[in-house]
Formats: sequence, structure tokens, C-alpha cells
Amino acid sequence: MEKTSPKLTELFDRDTAVERLRQMTLLRRFEEKSAELYSATKIRGFLHLYVGQEAVATGIIPYLNPDDGVVATYREHCHALLKGVSAASIMAEMYGKQEGCSRGRGGSMHLFDAASRFYGGWAIVGGGMPLAAGLALADKMQHTGRINCVFFGEGAMAEGEFHEAMNLASLWQLPVLFVCENNLYAMGTRLDLSEAQTDLSQKAASYNVASRAVDGMDLLQVTEAARQAISHVRSGQGPYFLECRTYRFRAHSMFDAELYREKAEVEQWKQRDPLLSYGQLLQKLGCLDDAALEQLEADVAHEVDEAVRYAEAGSWEAVEDLSRFVYSET
Amino acid sequence: MADDNDKRTLSYREAAGEGLREALNRDERVFLMGEDVGRYGGCFAVSKGLLAEFGPERIRDTPLSESGFVGIGIGAAVGGMRPIVEIMTVNFSLLALDQIVNHAATLLHMSGGQFNVPVVIRMSTGAGNQLAAQHSHRLEGWYAHIPGIKILAPATLEDVHGMLQPALEDPDPVLIFEHSVLYNLQQEVPAEFSAVDISTARIHRVGSDVTLITYGASLYKCLDAAATLTEQGIEAEVIDLRVLRPLDETTFLNSVRKTRRALIVDEGWRSGSLSAEISARIMEQAFYDLDAPVERLCSAEVPMPYAQHMEQAALPQPEAIVAMIKRMVAGGDGVDHE
Ligand SMILES: Cc1ncc(C[n+]2csc(CCOP(=O)(O)OP(=O)(O)O)c2C)c(N)n1
Repeated sequence: MEKTSPKLTELFDRDTAVERLRQMTLLRRFEEKSAELYSATKIRGFLHLYVGQEAVATGIIPYLNPDDGVVATYREHCHALLKGVSAASIMAEMYGKQEGCSRGRGGSMHLFDAASRFYGGWAIVGGGMPLAAGLALADKMQHTGRINCVFFGEGAMAEGEFHEAMNLASLWQLPVLFVCENNLYAMGTRLDLSEAQTDLSQKAASYNVASRAVDGMDLLQVTEAARQAISHVRSGQGPYFLECRTYRFRAHSMFDAELYREKAEVEQWKQRDPLLSYGQLLQKLGCLDDAALEQLEADVAHEVDEAVRYAEAGSWEAVEDLSRFVYSET
Repeated sequence: MADDNDKRTLSYREAAGEGLREALNRDERVFLMGEDVGRYGGCFAVSKGLLAEFGPERIRDTPLSESGFVGIGIGAAVGGMRPIVEIMTVNFSLLALDQIVNHAATLLHMSGGQFNVPVVIRMSTGAGNQLAAQHSHRLEGWYAHIPGIKILAPATLEDVHGMLQPALEDPDPVLIFEHSVLYNLQQEVPAEFSAVDISTARIHRVGSDVTLITYGASLYKCLDAAATLTEQGIEAEVIDLRVLRPLDETTFLNSVRKTRRALIVDEGWRSGSLSAEISARIMEQAFYDLDAPVERLCSAEVPMPYAQHMEQAALPQPEAIVAMIKRMVAGGDGVDHE
């Protein structure tokens, strides 16, 4: 993994630098609110939070084109937000309201939005990878110039889907960016207890796929690597594998007693909180002062509140419509 | 009769865990393997504490590799061990379907009877927790289509505890389906569980007017409905199938011959289902004993929606059972013509 970060000024102008902080703040506050609403039983089912991992998606998704495809997992609220799915429609979805981005049929784990080319929201570990490679095949065959980006955890790399999709994507030189969010644990199973080879980019290399590993807590490293990876894929050189080393600060889902890791380990990683450290960097560089930071937080809080209001005001789908969307309505 | 001191209250989860512990103590060849069965404590906390007690050789955390570790369980069984493979949920068992259906279920036959596969595969099943379309499958009836494997669906603490031992002793592959909404179910049980078989259905409630045939968590919906019906003068006999393959048809056929009416309640989808199989067998073997057509109450044929009101609408409910039975007993249209 790379040790040094690129300079902020080499990557961002001032507005972009602040925009990234706003995005990461939105992700964090949106999910904190979601956890609260889960406890209040407004949100049900499973809820998997991304807290701690925000620099990964924030470093990558803004560099995709609006018409590029994104495929994600059940831990995908933040990817959806960054891809342009509105906070309101995501919150409504988690409430189960028909104004939700999946009409209340999917819930937290199954966010979809065709308009933003956000292709889910998949809860079978590994299942999104072949799908993303398939989207990439369609783009290649139709010469659209689009690329596709698939996010998954390191745990998913033990599934056959990873290996089969990697091999096919490489064999057919498909425009797909594989992003492994290595947060060290697959539920309670630590990386070294699930992978014989813990240097994950070696696996990509064995399929002849270009790869790189970066510090996923460092927005600047992720950003720099993402730009390079995206230009590689877009220029027709085939797939790319980017490993981002990160950590989830919260439980796997809301039902996890966290017996498998020490509190001290979690605390140690929290010292590297991507949101706090990036915010501090911006302040140090004079990109924003306390007043601007306060305003940013207030704007984000407003957006989250509006999302909750929208979800609360939403309506339940009629039970008579239960059998819709099993087959297409032509 | 045993006095109250011999009774205790336990959860379905604890009963399942006790069954595992006893199996591990009883036979050195038994080991448990699956995702997060050890350090995490089991995704439903069934195997909590077993790692500390039996160590990592016998309580094996696996990577997310369902096809791989189920296949390894099958191989280890052929090789002389007695593996209990845990798949977190039936949904993920689809990644291991090839190993189960093409490999475990066929080996004995393809080898002309030379190799048997004494593997036990446990998994949770069921809907009802707002987990949406990829985490709510009920495919045990679908597995019951496959010759070569045995399918168990314990609905009670006694069964979830007791079915494991005969399953391990069985020379053939046995799949055990534990309905996830049952894990928190509390029941009073004896201090010592008694042994159970894995070949017969069980009459849970005796009745004379209609037979309710069900299994798994739907058992409790049927018992609820039966309690309501009693107040209205209708006595339902409730049968818990327990074993979905091979089916104990004698028990339900005898019951239907007595009550002359049958309603099958199955959380699976209706088309091509276990309920269709049971209905067909009743038609084939007890048609002239029937006073009314066999009826079925199954889940709506949709992938499971997330929203609570939609999910509940998709599942069989006690009120619907009551309504259907009243209609059947009344003679078709709900109006008493006599
Ligand atoms: C095929 C499959 N097996 C098991 C599960 C249960 N499960 C859900 S998430 C998870 C851990 C996945 O870990 P990882 O891929 O590293 O992603 P993370 O949750 O850390 O983001 C498991 C075991 C599942 N959803 N799908």
C-alpha cells in the first residue's frame, strides 16, 4: 500500500476540496440519522452502515461520468447518494414508502435508480460482480464509451463470483473498475482467517488485471488512484482492481454484538476518521474557516431533515399492487 | 408425570445449540463448519460458546465460499467424518446448489451404492423480518423435490434439538431448515429432551372437522387459527409434517379420511410446490373420502417486498386460514345452506 498522500492542491481546486468535505459530511450525518431511525423502528430489516469508509466512495464516484454505471452491495446508502440518488428518495425507501427509490420494495439493502444509473443494492455477497462485468460487456459491444464501477468487501473475494467475473472481465477486456473496500472483517471473520493470500491485489494480478492498493482512510490517495484507474478503464485497456484499505467503525449491521474485535482496535482506527482528518486538513490549509464549516454542517443537517420529512410524509403502496413488478408491464 | 422441577423454559435457538453441543460431545467425528459459526457466535447465535468449548478444529469459521465449504463438507463425510455444515440462510445455499443437488444427492446412486454421503447441512429459512427479496426465501419445499436428500423442518424445540442426532446417524445427506422467526420462540421443555424420529409427521392437535397440514413457523399460525375456530364450533386437526422428504403420507391421509377436508398451509410459493404434491397425493389416494376440494394457502407469488404491510400481505395469515376453513366447512361459498 502506498504510504504518501498526494498534495491536496495537486488534486482539487478550493471549491472541489470543500465539496468533498460536504459530501463526506452528508454521508456521515445521513447514516447517523438512519441509525437513530432504526432504533425508533422507522427503518426495519437489516441496516448496514458505511461510517468510517466514506473516503472510499467519495474518492471514486465523483470521477465517474453521470452515465457510468455503479453496482454496490447492501452497504450502499453512501454510494447511492454520491451517484446522485436523492437523500429523500433513499430515506423514503428505508421507510418502505412508495416514494422511495425502489418504491418500498427493496429497503436499505436494495436501492436502485435507473436515472442515476445506480444498479443496486445487492445483498448476496459477490453477486454484483458478474452483473457489473455484464453491464461492461454491453457497453463495450455497443461502443457507448461508458464504464462501470463495482464496489464490494474483501469478504466477497472468497466467492467464486469474484474469480469468475475477474477472469471474464480480463479475458474480454471489459470496461469495469473493481473496487474492493477492505475493511478487514467480513461480519466477524478477519481477513487473515478467510484468505490464504491476504495481499488482495495479487489475486487481481493472477488474472492479468492491473491493480493498486491504497489507504482507504485517506481521501487524497483514493482520489488520485481513482482518477488513474478510471482513465485506464475508459481508455479501453481493460478492467482495473483497486483495493482501498479501510475500516467500519460500527457493527456489521444493527444486530452484531462485535465479539470478534477489541474495542481498542476500533478506537485506534477512529483516530484515523476520514471525515475528521480531511476536515482538519482543509482548515489547516485555510480552505474553510469555522463559520464556513458551521454553515456546511447546517446545510447538510437541513438536507437530512428534509429527507426525513419527505419519508414521513410519504405513502404506503396499495396492497392490491402486491403482484406488480414480477413481470414487466408492457 | 414429571413434576415442575423437571421443566425448564428455553428458546428455539438454545435448543438448537444444545443439540449441537451434545452431538459434538457424542462423536469425535462430528464437527461444525460455516460462516461466522465461531468467533462471531453464529449469525443467529445458535453456536455461541462452542468455539471456546471445542476449539477451532471442530468449530470452523469458513470464508464466504458456500459452494466450496458445502462441497468440502460432502467430501469430508465421504471420507469418514460427520460434518455439520451451517449455511447462514437458505438464500445463500443457492451458491452451493450444485454441490448439494449434483454431488451430494447423486453419489450413492451414480456409484452403484458404493459411496454414501452422511453429511448434515443446517440452514435458516423463512420470511417475516422485512429482509426483502434476497433474504426471505422459503425453498425447503423446492429442495424436497430432489431424490437422494432428506429434508427436515423442525418447528418445535424438541425437534430442533432432537432431529440433529438421527440426521447425523443417517447414512444419507440430510438438510435441516430452521425458520428464522422461530429462534426467539420460548417453550417449556423437559429437563432432558427425549429422542425424536426423522420419519414421521406429528398430529399436534386432534380435531374432527378439517385437517390443517403444515410445517415450520406456519405451524403456529395454524394452531392460532385452530384456537379461533374452536370458539366457533369447528375442530381442526393440525399436522406438523416435520419431514418434507420423504413425506409421511400415512399420517395426513389417515387424518383426511377422518375429517374429510384438508387445507395445506405452506409459506412457500404455490406453483410447483410441496403443497401441490400433498394435494395431489390426497386426490390420488383419498379422493372418495373428501367432502370438499383440498385447498391451499401459500405465499403470494412475488419476490418478498420490503415494506411491512406488503410482506405481511404476501404471507399466509391466521385470519385467512380461519376464513378458508369456515368456507370449506360451510360448503363452498361461505353460506350455510342447511
Ligand atoms: C452469499 C452470501 N453469503 C453470506 C451472506 C451473509 N453476509 C452478509 S454480509 C457478510 C460479510 C461480507 O463481508 P465483506 O464482503 O467483507 O463486506 P462488508 O460487509 O465488510 O462490507 C456476510 C457473511 C450473504 N449476504 N451472501
